Amino acid sequence: MSAWEWIRLLAGGALLLGGLLIFLIEMYGVFRFKYVLNRMHAAALGDTLGITCSMAGLMLLSGFRFSTLKMAMVIVFLWLTSPVSSHLLARLEAGTNEELGEHCEVYEKLETLEAELQDRREEQQMQEAQEQKEEAL
Amino acid sequence: MGKLKSQEEYEKTGSFRFWRWLDGRRDPYVGQVEMQPQTPVETPELTIRERLWDSQAVRDKVYDIENNKKLNFFHRVYVLAAIVYCAGLAMILLAMVADLPPTGEAERPVNNEVSARYIESGLQETGAVNIVTGMILDYRAFDTFGESNVLFAATTTVLILLHMKKKGKDGRTEEIANDRLLEPKQDAILQATATVLVPIIILFGIYVILNGHLSPGGGFSGGAIIGAGLILYLSAFGFERTEKLFTEKVYKYVSFAALTTYCLAKSYSFFTGANHLESHIPLGTPGAILSSGLIFLLNICVGMVVACTMYTFYVMFRKGDF
Repeated sequence: MSAWEWIRLLAGGALLLGGLLIFLIEMYGVFRFKYVLNRMHAAALGDTLGITCSMAGLMLLSGFRFSTLKMAMVIVFLWLTSPVSSHLLARLEAGTNEELGEHCEVYEKLETLEAELQDRREEQQMQEAQEQKEEAL
Repeated sequence: MGKLKSQEEYEKTGSFRFWRWLDGRRDPYVGQVEMQPQTPVETPELTIRERLWDSQAVRDKVYDIENNKKLNFFHRVYVLAAIVYCAGLAMILLAMVADLPPTGEAERPVNNEVSARYIESGLQETGAVNIVTGMILDYRAFDTFGESNVLFAATTTVLILLHMKKKGKDGRTEEIANDRLLEPKQDAILQATATVLVPIIILFGIYVILNGHLSPGGGFSGGAIIGAGLILYLSAFGFERTEKLFTEKVYKYVSFAALTTYCLAKSYSFFTGANHLESHIPLGTPGAILSSGLIFLLNICVGMVVACTMYTFYVMFRKGDF
């Protein structure tokens, strides 16, 4: 084997192993987290980065032929679909869970998000100012 | 020849009553049988307490689980026996796997003249590069026809059980209208993705079907891909868009046409080819898209049946109407 082939083999193997490692982290996260949205965050890791690393490694190992193009298409397809399915799942959770506020910060209206954030910041500043006054006293 | 009865006379006959009952125009129980709502059974609190006390007494005094030596011994033996049993089962299975004959050995019963014939002369006899397709759609086409009919029968059963007609009596139309209100809101992100993906998915399904005799795939897998594309389109854009394309009529005609074409084409080929008569179906050059005789046509038929089945199942379980 020439030097070029050695480099290709090593790079492909490293990418493949890295992808498998990311899948391992994903599995751990899915079982470690208890809440849906957290679990989805872990699961999305493998669907996007893990599959890309593994597929890129396989593409390097197989060399340039027609199946390489097919693997690239698999990556494109998964990148298109996986975030959309995550988005739909998250939307379903946000739409049906009545106790969403217990798990994360909820903004009631997205249109007035800027104003709401500004209000919260001002409240915080007021509180801090009051605390400073009390300390000074 | 009996003469025509008048309407009043006819209404007294048994056949009129039978048809009236069969159509559901009159329920024989309405007005005849008095329906009474059931009174819920109330258990007095004293009985509940007695029961609780009894079960507690059984646990504490009769069995005395914590101090029962026999029971404790049994539990320990049970856990041990379970471990030993599982380990033994695993050992036996592993030993069996290790004892299996190696793959590719010539004297195994699987390697008989049937598979040898398929592999050796499959290309010349069926014209299909993909030997599996040559097997299921040429040598064993009758079996595949049965499978397609099973799909059709399954869809028919689901239609009988779950189909709600639009022009029904007693407020079924309202039920459908209410059901539409419960549909998820149209999602802009999903719609944008579906606009890009649905044509590609359906095209890929058609590619898989049409290349069934040349590459892995065929009617079943391609039909499933097309059905999935249709389902994605439906969940992105709602029933108002798909109604224009896919209705009950379309399902009926497509399934009927596909199954009939399959049946006629394959009967012709069986009756002529199987009796060593000339069937006049050219096999073409292997590897070309128009080759391998009837397999091309049969793949398309199977694909259409499978796509319709997938879509109809989804629609029936989601709403009960196309």
